[in-house]
Amino acid sequence: MNLSYLFDAAHWDLGASGSIPQLLLSHLWYVILALAIGTVIALPVGLYIGHTGRGSFIAINAGNAGRSLPTLGLLMLMVTLLGLGLLPVLIALTVLVIPPILTSAYAGLRSLDPQVVDAARGVGMRPWQVLTRVELPMALPVLMSGFRSATLQVVATATVAAAVGLGGLGRLLIDGLAVNDYSRVLAGAIVVAVLAVLLDLVLAFAQRWIVSPGLRVSR
Amino acid sequence: MITFDDVVKVYPGGGTAVDHVSLEVPTGKTTVFVGPSGCGKTTSLRMINRMISPTSGRVLIDGEDVAGQDEALLRRGIGYVIQHAGLFPHRTVLDNVATVPVLLGKTRREARAAALGLLERVGLAPEFAQRYPAQLSGGQQQRVGVARALAADPPIMLMDEPFSAVDPVVREGLHREFLRLQKDLGKTIAMVTHDIDEAIKLGDLVVIFRQGGIVAQIGTPQELLSDPADEFVAEFVGRDRGLRSLSFDTAAELPVKPVPAELVVDEAGRPLGWRTGADDVRPTGGTFTSADTLRLVADLAILSPVGIAVRVDADGKADGITPHHDLADYLAARRG
Repeated sequence: MNLSYLFDAAHWDLGASGSIPQLLLSHLWYVILALAIGTVIALPVGLYIGHTGRGSFIAINAGNAGRSLPTLGLLMLMVTLLGLGLLPVLIALTVLVIPPILTSAYAGLRSLDPQVVDAARGVGMRPWQVLTRVELPMALPVLMSGFRSATLQVVATATVAAAVGLGGLGRLLIDGLAVNDYSRVLAGAIVVAVLAVLLDLVLAFAQRWIVSPGLRVSR
Repeated sequence: MITFDDVVKVYPGGGTAVDHVSLEVPTGKTTVFVGPSGCGKTTSLRMINRMISPTSGRVLIDGEDVAGQDEALLRRGIGYVIQHAGLFPHRTVLDNVATVPVLLGKTRREARAAALGLLERVGLAPEFAQRYPAQLSGGQQQRVGVARALAADPPIMLMDEPFSAVDPVVREGLHREFLRLQKDLGKTIAMVTHDIDEAIKLGDLVVIFRQGGIVAQIGTPQELLSDPADEFVAEFVGRDRGLRSLSFDTAAELPVKPVPAELVVDEAGRPLGWRTGADDVRPTGGTFTSADTLRLVADLAILSPVGIAVRVDADGKADGITPHHDLADYLAARRG
């Protein structure tokens, strides 16, 4: 096993089909789509449950059930039901993204100081204003940690797309294994890991940017 | 004026928090709801701004039932101060104070400019404006909480145990500033506390609640001390209420005797001490003027080495004395 595949300039040619940059882009595309769809579904549900306190069993059970679903198994089931294509992959990955985002949105709101929420209502904020001006900004640190953990999971798991004929960095793993080219497998593993670390760094910076300094200072 | 008209609050669990309460919170005065925990005082307060809805009965502000009013608009027109201040931790001190004006449609710039003035009003230096609540002490947070409640200049203020989360020394300072502010502003204030001393000190009117959400007595602090309605109120206002009730009367009508030769005075007539022997002059322990309270006179008479309190005029010149038995006679005559 060696790094020859990773450092072969021919594999970094953006124009060549199946090159590392191309696989990286398609991989990133699956990740972004799954995160976007998952957030659009999980965030409002989690915020609603956290804000109202209604249906918290959904948040807790969705978290547990979601985590225990094997993504590869789910993907095969979806392919069986829906046929090949992007849709089954996105469904499988979105199911992976939903639990951490939903649970963190719920937990983020539930963990807030009830006195502060009481004050927000008491000074005359409407429920929507309480949510957007007080609860959401205060819950951001917890929410962001859920989003970051969802991102890490989906970056690693999006490799399954290759198992059903799609692109992404999983190609390097699956094709490499198929032809016993372990240098290619290693290249795939390294690029996935580096991508995960880079995305987490970007999100860490974003978090510093959007979370109020007032929530970081200690007495 | 805030009116409670036969208000009842029963919780679904079956507990009665407020039991047929009818009372009035007069305009421009401080009315303090006081009582042991679980007596319904906070529930009553929170029904004024609809944080809690009564099970039956009505709460009216200037004759208008709050139940018919838009919740958010009603609350924006009522200052709200709570125990731990409840500041928004993600906003600067200035933006916390600017909250209600912004909700009312002021631009952020206008609201901040006004907020800066309010910080000064509650005794906070301008450099606090850009800090976050977590960087402030408890007392400072509470000042910001008061500034936030005052920001839209509401005629009514609700204060739920506003001073109970700070230490006694800080509380003393906040009390003084509260009285100073209220003298200037003349808001209609309803305040909740469990501390009867605080109620007597700050309240123009005190409402004593007992367990089960029943009003035990409503009156001025003086009335509660001198004429408690029942055993519960007498117990609650405390054992030394007789002495404390003397704080409400001045010594203006207290008769004095002429200054005797035993009181040593300097050339301006200011008392130096009591001559108790040939070479023995003992300090008077203090003096009172006719504007001071009877409580001070009693205190001085007890402390004095000869059992006599010394009155002075505006220049500090001794102009009369009151032995403790004269004070006792005066108090007995006043009661009868």
